[in-house]
Amino acid sequence: MAAEKRVVFRSRWLPWALVAPQMVVVLVFFFWPAGQALLESVYESDGFGAGSTFVGLANFERLFADETYLASFQTTAVFSVLVAGLGLSVSLWLAVMADRIVRGALAYRTALILPYAVAPAVVGVLWIFMFAPSMGVVSHLLQRAGVDWNHLLNSTHAMALIVGAAVWKQISYNFLFFLAGLQSVPRSLIEASAIDGAGPWRRFWTIQFPLLAPTTFFLLVINIVYAFFDTFAIVDATTSGGPGKDTAILVYKVYQDGFKSMDLGGSAAQSVVLMAIVIVLTVVQFRFVERRVHY
Amino acid sequence: MIENRPAAAVLSHLTLVLGVLIVAFPVLVALVGATQTAEQIAQGNPMSMVPGDQLGNSLRQALLGGKTIYGNTLPPVAPMLWVSLVSALVIAVGKIAISLLSAFAIVYFRFPLRGLIFWMIFITLMLPVEVRILPTYEVVSQLGMIDTYAGLTIPLIASATATFLFRQFFLTVPDELVEAARIDGAGPLKFFKDVLLPLSATSIAALFVIQFIYGWNQYLWPLLVTTREDMYPIVMGIRRLIAGSDAATEWNVVMATALLAMVPPALVVIGMQRWFVKGLVDSEK
Repeated sequence: MAAEKRVVFRSRWLPWALVAPQMVVVLVFFFWPAGQALLESVYESDGFGAGSTFVGLANFERLFADETYLASFQTTAVFSVLVAGLGLSVSLWLAVMADRIVRGALAYRTALILPYAVAPAVVGVLWIFMFAPSMGVVSHLLQRAGVDWNHLLNSTHAMALIVGAAVWKQISYNFLFFLAGLQSVPRSLIEASAIDGAGPWRRFWTIQFPLLAPTTFFLLVINIVYAFFDTFAIVDATTSGGPGKDTAILVYKVYQDGFKSMDLGGSAAQSVVLMAIVIVLTVVQFRFVERRVHY
Repeated sequence: MIENRPAAAVLSHLTLVLGVLIVAFPVLVALVGATQTAEQIAQGNPMSMVPGDQLGNSLRQALLGGKTIYGNTLPPVAPMLWVSLVSALVIAVGKIAISLLSAFAIVYFRFPLRGLIFWMIFITLMLPVEVRILPTYEVVSQLGMIDTYAGLTIPLIASATATFLFRQFFLTVPDELVEAARIDGAGPLKFFKDVLLPLSATSIAALFVIQFIYGWNQYLWPLLVTTREDMYPIVMGIRRLIAGSDAATEWNVVMATALLAMVPPALVVIGMQRWFVKGLVDSEK
């Protein structure tokens, strides 16, 4: 907290009253559950609510010895790399094109921000409708092209489906940030390099792309967080983690183990691992933001 | 425009048109699906992309529910739209209100534990509800908030994004305004109401869009805290319409419901596009 006001108001009770509502919500619905998760992760409950025993780190040991959990880690890694990589490249490409044109930019932007408004669960429903093996419009085109599409049986197809839906949903967000980033690149730099004879391709790689680095990095973190946590609804609405458990990403597994299999200790341990991942990502992000301010 | 390259301009437009088509395609398929009967969709191989004349029927069936020609009894979507609207509004307004107050306290007052409180709010910034679902669910059920609007909304208000945006904004408000207000004898609450709130109007509008959509699009949380059909939001209800097999699902009704679920947030985003884009990009800086 570096920035401070020089001039402030004085009151003994007022500031407390002002932060009270937020503190109550944060304490009850954030710190209490987070503490609970930490506690539960070191206990083993018998599943009947009769009692639980302290087991130390056994839940974590069990977790990391569990092959399905490690497989879920791998699935999540593949999924988030694909979502972030594809999402960022497609959006950057669109933003570069939108930055170059003079007429119609607003119309394109309006159309491209629409997916932001669509709920992930609805995205999932739209995509299974297009890709339904029997009557889907796109699956039929694929079949005609020689791909025997069936995301209910083929795990590669299932993964492709959730990646496609997740990227589609995130294009708006990435596009808006890339466009804002491109528009803040000083025109004079681009003009100077054009006078020196650099074409659009060269200008992009030597001027715009390096100056976009902060935006790209920021979006990379945001997209990874998105792929890790905000895609639950997409997975649940399309593949439900199947076929088998081949598209069960970590967040989906926490839900499955906690609510379907009632493995409280295991689910809590998974929550703790996820919290640790989020905290690491946050720290990375803020380290970087600090550096950017000095830059 | 740096130089005049007609070929490059054509390429740009072509790419963007292609991008827009890809973005619009799933919505278009949903629209066409909603204009046909469930039978036409199920028997088509693939479904025909020629719009039919059943849009009104599908929408009516979705909104009012009831028995279908397939013999399924569908839940009405109209009450779900209401649940979604109320929750989204409570989440958006609630988040903005509590964040304005706490940001005001943190920026304009010095009090013991201020740093600690700041960090306690800060740490909630990136921890989504998905990460701590089971324990949060337990807390909410212990408080007896299952199947209530309070249970649907209050746990989602616990996030720090808005507090941060307002804090950043308040720090840019000139100190002279506070001094002037004090000389004129205005207390902190009057300053907040008459100076700070009007100045924050743009940020509030932007945040409203972002949080309304966040609230409307919730899926996992309602899935856990609602057990009664009359408390389902539409985004969750739509999933319930999909039967196990493609043949038994009344896709025209599902697509009509999808359209109903998309329209309100889309209207909010497009209607408030100017503030939304600015607020979204600024809030993350």
